[in-house]
Amino acid sequence: MGEWFAENGLLLGLAGLDGLSYAALVFMVAVGLNLVFGVLRIVNVAHGSLFAIGAYTAASIGLFFTSRGLPPAAGYAALLLGAALVGGVLGPLIERVVLRRVYGYEDVLQLLVTFALFMILEDVQKLVWGVQPVFQDSPMKALGTVEVPFGDDTIPFTAYQLFVLPGVAVATLVGLAWFLRRTLTGRVIVAVTTDKEAAMAMGIDATRVTLLTFTFGAALAALGGALASPTTSLVPGIGASTIVLSFAVVATAGLGQIEGAALTSLLIGLGRSAAVYFAPELEVVVPYLIMVAVLLVRPQGLFGVVEARRV
Amino acid sequence: MSQPTDVSRRAAVLGAAASGALLWAGDGARAQGPAQKPSELRVGITTFLSGPASVFGVPSRQAAELLVEQINRAGGIGGVPLRAFFVDEAPGADHLVGEYRRLVQNENVQVVFASISSGSCLACTPLSTELRKTTLLWDCGTQRVFEEGKHPYAFRTQGYGTPEILAPLLYLLKTKPDFRSIAVINQDYAWGRDSWELWKAGMDALKPGVRVVAEMFPRFGSTDFSTEITRLLALRPDVVLSTSWGGELVTLVRQAAERRLFERSTFVMPVAEASMQSLGRTMPAGHVIGARGDHWNNHPRPKDPAAMARFVDGYRQRFNEYPIYPCHHMAQAFSALQAAYAKAIQAKSGGWPNDGELADAFRGLTFDTPTSTITLREDGQGLEDQLVGLSSQGERFPFAVPRDMVIFPAAMVSTPVGQKSVDWLKSLKPDILAQMPAPIAG
Amino acid sequence: MSRRAEALLALLGVAALVFAAWAAPWLRFVLTVALAKGLAVLGILLLLRAGQVSFGHAMFLALGAYTVAFAAPGVPEALVLLPAAALLAGVAGLLIGLFVVRYRDIFFGMLNLALSMVFYSVLEKFYAVTKGTDGIRVPPLSVAGIEPARETQEWVMFGLALGLALFCAVGVRAYLASPMGQALAGIKTRETRLEFLGVPARRVMLFAYVLSAMMGGAGGALIAMTSRHVTPQLAYWTSSGELIFIGILGGAGSALGPFLGAIAFELVRVYAGAAVADAWQMILGGVLLAVILFAPGGLIGILSRQKRKQA
Repeated sequence: MGEWFAENGLLLGLAGLDGLSYAALVFMVAVGLNLVFGVLRIVNVAHGSLFAIGAYTAASIGLFFTSRGLPPAAGYAALLLGAALVGGVLGPLIERVVLRRVYGYEDVLQLLVTFALFMILEDVQKLVWGVQPVFQDSPMKALGTVEVPFGDDTIPFTAYQLFVLPGVAVATLVGLAWFLRRTLTGRVIVAVTTDKEAAMAMGIDATRVTLLTFTFGAALAALGGALASPTTSLVPGIGASTIVLSFAVVATAGLGQIEGAALTSLLIGLGRSAAVYFAPELEVVVPYLIMVAVLLVRPQGLFGVVEARRV
Repeated sequence: MSQPTDVSRRAAVLGAAASGALLWAGDGARAQGPAQKPSELRVGITTFLSGPASVFGVPSRQAAELLVEQINRAGGIGGVPLRAFFVDEAPGADHLVGEYRRLVQNENVQVVFASISSGSCLACTPLSTELRKTTLLWDCGTQRVFEEGKHPYAFRTQGYGTPEILAPLLYLLKTKPDFRSIAVINQDYAWGRDSWELWKAGMDALKPGVRVVAEMFPRFGSTDFSTEITRLLALRPDVVLSTSWGGELVTLVRQAAERRLFERSTFVMPVAEASMQSLGRTMPAGHVIGARGDHWNNHPRPKDPAAMARFVDGYRQRFNEYPIYPCHHMAQAFSALQAAYAKAIQAKSGGWPNDGELADAFRGLTFDTPTSTITLREDGQGLEDQLVGLSSQGERFPFAVPRDMVIFPAAMVSTPVGQKSVDWLKSLKPDILAQMPAPIAG
Repeated sequence: MSRRAEALLALLGVAALVFAAWAAPWLRFVLTVALAKGLAVLGILLLLRAGQVSFGHAMFLALGAYTVAFAAPGVPEALVLLPAAALLAGVAGLLIGLFVVRYRDIFFGMLNLALSMVFYSVLEKFYAVTKGTDGIRVPPLSVAGIEPARETQEWVMFGLALGLALFCAVGVRAYLASPMGQALAGIKTRETRLEFLGVPARRVMLFAYVLSAMMGGAGGALIAMTSRHVTPQLAYWTSSGELIFIGILGGAGSALGPFLGAIAFELVRVYAGAAVADAWQMILGGVLLAVILFAPGGLIGILSRQKRKQA
């Protein structure tokens, strides 16, 4: 064992750096989904579409800025603008026009409504942005690379991957925790997550809370997409692969738990990069294995609260 | 063909609704009967219209629409106008085989152009025999189709995996003969795995002792390769092979370029051509790139430069982008279709061929492409030349094209009829390098 | 829906199917696949009775299909392969069921999803055995020792699917009416009360889960024998989503719903694909959305409402 670490410790360190940035991206998407699930109790399959549309929108705005000769810093503005636009427009639109009609319905119908939206939005993306890979990497390029020592060698990492992605994720986590615990609106959201009926009985306007939460969740998904857009290439189908991972995070984390989402994302991120180095065949199944293992030990998820049994 | 025997009675008993099953509609004998000249020549085309592979599917559909228009404006085929029916491959093989039947039995297409994906081709080809419908495998690359079975109604109007891998391998052995280690990063699906198996078989035969430092097959549709790139940076292999394509190749190249992996290792990318436009100036110079054929925009000596310019400019004018290799493959299928009908109609002195006669016309057919000619062998496989070179950025195109180009004659790099590719590659001797044509500066 | 109305509808349906399969040869194939998927959906319907949505049921479908693909070269006999596939799926269902029936709601759904994704990855990753995404070609099969010609073979498969569909529909109807089946509905409303009555909820769930897995396996085997080519895509999460989609489209209120839904689904997909090849997803999504918003009882619901109006 000790020998193995002596030999592979450095590699493990590299894997850790990669895992961190991957975890940051996973967290950004999953935390929004988890928030929405906590309040609306809907597994929002369309969350993946919001991720994709957020990414595309941010890239389009960024490309527009670049074509106008704006400095790379404007690329960052484009990321935020794209996320705000998608969250602010599509979020309320979906919640008001579609989801609101099905709140009284069975879980499976609610889930399928979002599945239908996902299918529709998948084609909408294609009609708007076409099928050729879209990318806009000026925010990543602007920061350049950092040489990380590796034995006698150095390995270049992009500063964007090393600092921006984890930075934004940590800021989001801290900001959300502060918002949910210290502001009135946040506490109302937590109240609805914990016990909707009791919260409504105390005079909380659930309609407003759901709208707010969904918009917020949509904006987080879009921000996740926007953040991913400088490093990846946007093609049809990116929403589908993103969302299925977030499902695993939500169930593992415990419903509505943002710290749970953070810890799960970290586990998944680190587990996946370690797999790339030492057991590439397991790379894809790592998140699911983690989920199964966690639920075996804690059936309510990492940070989940055991719900009272109704009689 | 369809006499009501014991078997059909058994079928009727097995089927819960015995009443209807006895009513019988036979359609077996069509392939042999005489054929009427139709009012339109219907072509079924399966291609990816959604999902990640639509980066190939949509441009090829555009090319098909353009070609149908051009051919119809010139009077169609044998005086019959063409009409294309498109089918999306993305929902999977079980859906596609149903769609294939619909095209044949309901839309009454005369010929099917099948599939970008190898899985789709493998699922459709046996149907071509069962339904006796001429099927052109217009883009898929798996060597398994013709090496593991006989398909009298199927023809591949372009090259396939083996020459598309062997040509870049030979090019690398010639231009960088002293490499000692290699890593592979391919998409985790059949092409990614098959192409590595082919490469490894050829490499071990021609240059034994090369160390494989990493074999990575990231999930199909991956959007991030940071971890894989870190590993490659740490391992410092002399050569990195990647047969990836589409959004994944674009992401891989961008992330690798940003982190200067291209300065540490020589890349070999046999399917690079389709991603060069998206990458633009991001693609570093001096790496081995291929196009699954010889249809690079800067082909040094196309057989018919006017035809090449007509196709490329026509496509650019209409769609505001350069055609990529699937567009050329689509054009090859249409060129073969025209040549085969001309041959079949001539053989019947002006009569319209039935399905069997049409398939006969394809066997051994030689047809023109803008850059060269392609001959369909007796097993149905087409012989397409391979053009490989080193990436370079220049004035003429806003993206990378090859320089120091080598045009590999198809026969030199294709597995002989009746042999299996991996076995053949294992039997190669280093003297094959001596047969390699000299590079053209370009 | 009354017993007589249901029987009448089933009879009418069978007649219509046989006529359609006779009139349009290409439909025979589409309808066979639809009936096979309907079988798997019928299994999902059982779990829906208990209020549980399995978001990974396509794994049993794929398991059945791959059983046929692997065993067919050795035993090319449809009447052996079909029960073998169902049995194997049943055994897998038992093993997985022992684990997942302890969970409810999102945890149940997501655990199924996770396991199906693990299975999908295995099919994809173990390329040497499974041929990866290229899939495996199924050789022509004999039926009761006779190897029929193509056209007859198509009729045999169609008949087999139709017969099995009817058999299972009748069986499921009887099962749901039995105390075991009634207890399923109890899990949905108040599981605790069920246990106070001395009914072991987990065993009730496990029984239903194994049954549903067997129907999934049988459906998958039929698909493999009909399309004669199996790929891992059968196990992907979108396939599972599709099965739930079909269940809701048809309506969960009757054992005929899944088949009605599957046929409608396949036909809509085929015709949408023929009309607008690059936006069929949007059309399917639109249909699903419309059904949920305006006819949450599914097609069966619409039919029985019609019936009631006439009466």
